Amino acid sequence: MLKWLFTFAWRDSRGSRAKLFLFVTSMVLGVAALVSINSFGDNLRRAIDFESKTLLGADLSMESGEPFPATIEAIIDSLGGIQSRRTSFSSMAYFPKSNTARLATVRGQEPGFPFYGKIESDPPEAADTYLFEKGALIDGTLMAQYDIEIGDSVRIGNATYTVSGKLIQTPRETAAIMLFSPRIYVPLADVDTTLLSIGSRAEYEIYFRLDDIEDPDAIVESLSDTLEAHSIRADTVEEERSNWDQSLTNLYRFLGLVGYMSLLLGSLGVASSIHVYIRQRIQTIAVLRVYGASSHQAFAIYLIQALGMGLVGAFLGSAIGIGLQSMLPVILGDFLPVDVEFSVSWSAVLIGSAMGIGVTLIFAMMPLLDIRNIPPLAALRTDFDQENDRAKNKRAKWLLFGLMALLVTVIAVIQAPTLTMGLGYSATVAVVFALLAGTAKLVMRFLAAKPPSGVSFVIKQGLANLHRPQNQTLMMVLALGFGTFLVSTMIISESTLLGQIDLASTEGKPNLVFYDVQPAQVDSLVKLVEESDLPVIDRVAMISMRLTSVKGISIESMREDTTSELSWAHRREYRSTYRDYLTESETVLEGTFEGRYSGTGLIPLSVEREVAKQLEITIGDSLVFNIQGVDVAGYISSIREVNWRQMQSNFFFVFPEGSINDAPAFHVVMSRTETPEASAMIQAMVVKRYPNISSIDISVVLTVFQAIFSRISFVVRFMALFSIITGLLVLSGAVMISRFQRIEESVLLKTLGASRRTVLQIMTTEYFVLGVASSFTGVLLSLAAGWGVSRFVFEANFIIPFGPILLLIASVIGVTIVVGQLNSRGVYDKEALDVLRKET
Amino acid sequence: MDKVLEINGLTRTYKSGHGSLTVLDSVSFELMRGDTVSIVGPSGSGKTTLLGLAAGLDAPSSGHVKLCGYDMGSLSEDERARVRNKHVGFVFQSFRLIPTLTALENVTVPAELQGRKDAEKEARFLLEEVGLGDRTDHYPAQLSGGEQQRVAMARAFINKPDILFADEPTGNLDTDTGENIVKLLFQLNETAGTTLVLVTHNLELAAKTARIIRLKRGKLVPEQNEAVAHA
Ligand SMILES: Nc1ncnc2c1ncn2[C@@H]1O[C@H](COP(=O)(O)OP(=O)(O)OP(=O)(O)O)[C@@H](O)[C@H]1O
Ligand SMILES: [Mg+2]
Repeated sequence: MLKWLFTFAWRDSRGSRAKLFLFVTSMVLGVAALVSINSFGDNLRRAIDFESKTLLGADLSMESGEPFPATIEAIIDSLGGIQSRRTSFSSMAYFPKSNTARLATVRGQEPGFPFYGKIESDPPEAADTYLFEKGALIDGTLMAQYDIEIGDSVRIGNATYTVSGKLIQTPRETAAIMLFSPRIYVPLADVDTTLLSIGSRAEYEIYFRLDDIEDPDAIVESLSDTLEAHSIRADTVEEERSNWDQSLTNLYRFLGLVGYMSLLLGSLGVASSIHVYIRQRIQTIAVLRVYGASSHQAFAIYLIQALGMGLVGAFLGSAIGIGLQSMLPVILGDFLPVDVEFSVSWSAVLIGSAMGIGVTLIFAMMPLLDIRNIPPLAALRTDFDQENDRAKNKRAKWLLFGLMALLVTVIAVIQAPTLTMGLGYSATVAVVFALLAGTAKLVMRFLAAKPPSGVSFVIKQGLANLHRPQNQTLMMVLALGFGTFLVSTMIISESTLLGQIDLASTEGKPNLVFYDVQPAQVDSLVKLVEESDLPVIDRVAMISMRLTSVKGISIESMREDTTSELSWAHRREYRSTYRDYLTESETVLEGTFEGRYSGTGLIPLSVEREVAKQLEITIGDSLVFNIQGVDVAGYISSIREVNWRQMQSNFFFVFPEGSINDAPAFHVVMSRTETPEASAMIQAMVVKRYPNISSIDISVVLTVFQAIFSRISFVVRFMALFSIITGLLVLSGAVMISRFQRIEESVLLKTLGASRRTVLQIMTTEYFVLGVASSFTGVLLSLAAGWGVSRFVFEANFIIPFGPILLLIASVIGVTIVVGQLNSRGVYDKEALDVLRKET
Repeated sequence: MDKVLEINGLTRTYKSGHGSLTVLDSVSFELMRGDTVSIVGPSGSGKTTLLGLAAGLDAPSSGHVKLCGYDMGSLSEDERARVRNKHVGFVFQSFRLIPTLTALENVTVPAELQGRKDAEKEARFLLEEVGLGDRTDHYPAQLSGGEQQRVAMARAFINKPDILFADEPTGNLDTDTGENIVKLLFQLNETAGTTLVLVTHNLELAAKTARIIRLKRGKLVPEQNEAVAHA
């Protein structure tokens, strides 16, 4: 009997196989996305495990914000092994050939590091030679931007280097990280040490090669107290590996979730097609029942077909997924620390296929359940209407609905980086689907409203088509709408973010900052700027300090007390200022701002809101800072809210005038230039005279943000493409399944005297309206999402980029019309007689 | 087992928007093995409804149907399906062949549902009988109406049913083709000893059966009148 069911299922699919295949393509991309991303992820993790030592480039590293103190140096000595030091700092790199300067992260490197793996450079040998010829390796993007060639010179501080090569890849750094600040590698021995003086942000690093003599993790464990007391971070291969593993797993799993969405959409599309398909099979099923097939057998026949579709979809999806996998390193390359070799992970293929089949089957179960309600009596009545029996299956349907929710959630949890994220994802999916469906229904209702008289016949007919019996309009709007939603949300977030930076560059606001200015240099710098006809908008003193006690409890004792958790706010180095006024970007929330210090007693301090929260302090609480070895005691007199988005020097702590004026300070001077050329000129001029002064131009910040965001947005758009194509496949399936209805309609219209042109126009109207409904649904929802993102994530003004969004809407409409028309080919040319004879 | 079909006080009401509609009202009759009977009546009088109930395709609101010794009311839907498979044949007005199956495959369906090994052999034989031995691999769309109905009859007889229900089997055919079909129907009925229940508007056709059951607004019209009319 089982064999017969399979035979019958196969026979029954005759003439519909092309159609069924088209339906199943909707889920193919979802499977492909999951398979490719998970398979790639497996390879990525294997690469990280395999090359874990090259991630750190050493067995052990230590890092400090200050030169290693004597106690630590003693420990370093005792550790032995092979050692290589490195000192990194931000500084201006000046390129004499073009007379330009750019802020860069300079790494002064001793020979030896990396002990494992290597620095990749162009030419390859430059990675070794630069250390011995006072050379420099420079980040490729920077070289391109400033038109630097090998053999040119670069000046950092008072040291001049010859460019030995282009930096391609180094341990611990990805292309995306380098975007924030370009890297320049120079020999440590040749670094201008005056640049490392107090106040400049330098990182002192040392790398060890221990050759398995000792276990680095055990060393770190045993030294942890001492290291922490001196604010020294130690890293081992294992730690570095697990950090990368964690963050990259999060990355690819997150992308997997986006791919999962297109599987959900596709499966919904398959289910909706099956629903229509089953309705076209009512008579067949009824006849089977008349001749003695049980409802289970009838159900089984179509379950077998659905299973077959799932298998075909999973197979095809896996094949495409494996192909796509080879594209992922190109798309994600900037975010990866290692090269990933291409190999197929069969477990990922299996899991992706199982997810695809599982989700498709459980979604298909909904329409398949209806089969059990088709009574044999339907064979006696041509006008059988199933709607009457809807209520019968209610319990089963609710049960199924619960199962669906459960399966969708379980898969989301498996795919998501964390449990909460998986649960959050399914909750979000439910909300997004509900919102999409709700919006789609509203848009549809709006379109269904009786068109005013005078509207042409073509438009009326096209609109009516969307409401023809067994239409899948809602389904298509859902799938296409979701893709549009993703893309549109990205566009809006991008413009909001960039608009924010633009805003900062509006008139009167500074857009060029000089910092690390020594007290003695301030007046002459100001003079230089003013002589260049540029305004000095602000000048601020900055004093470095660390907290030593909070509310009378020393940080030291808090560190030893395991019950209290030290926050970043306890540990960080603060750069504070003193002044007797508040800036535009500050508002006092609590207490009163005291601008002057009488000279005796505790100093009244103003603290920023978030820091106050982290330190758990309020008005009146006492604090002690260490400024260059001197303890300075104060109390909180006010709590401020700071608008960090203004390009201005903002501070966590503001001291009153007359309190720390004599402490060693660095200064910041702000100016404004109207053209990039003017900005480049003054920066080059300043760096030539004062090599220790760094400067940054807002346009640089803007480019960096743009570059980073465009990379992220590229990845998200790539994933959104899956949803959009899925939507188009659902559309193709829906057009195909209603083909017979369309042919009938078109024959009827032609019989009634409509020209071929009119029929074509009616169909075009239908697809046009479908495109409008989908894109509007997606865009409406994305406006809401974009507003939320700008309000709560970026805390910025909400900016609607009308141009790109209109372009997006037009593209979705255009593509819908094209795909719809492609699938309707031949519908208009059918002769009436053909139609009367048989159903295709 | 001589009584093939016993209908007792059969009533079927449909709920409509307001109140209910009684389509069949306390209908009772019995059919013996080999009986031929036609059910006649105006459109809407409940003929198809009666046929559906008698064959166990539908459940009555009240009353009993006993088919080949089985009390249909006490059986589940799937048990009724099994009874139909073994004992009942069906011919429809609009043929109801499965469009995706060939003529041969259509005929084998009831036998294969039983798991019969000789399904194909028997089907070929029956198709030969109805004069379509050379059309076994044709799909319904490739057959004329009359040919389709002959395939449907081969399908109805493949499990050697005790009773055959035909709902206006000639309704969609021209007179000549219809007559051929009827001839075939009686022929097959005779050789297999099957009880024949025929729903028809065609009084000429009805006259060919031994008995005529008349329905009017869901009620049985006493048969004596018919006998008198014939006499
Ligand atoms: N599902 C239903 N719901 C409500 N009324 C129904 C339903 N099925 C049938 N009826 C009604 O029952 C009555 C009898 O229908 P039935 O099909 O049995 O008539 P019939 O004698 O076969 O007519 P015809 O000769 O036109 O085929 C009709 O009035 C019909 O409208
Ligand atoms: Mg009828």
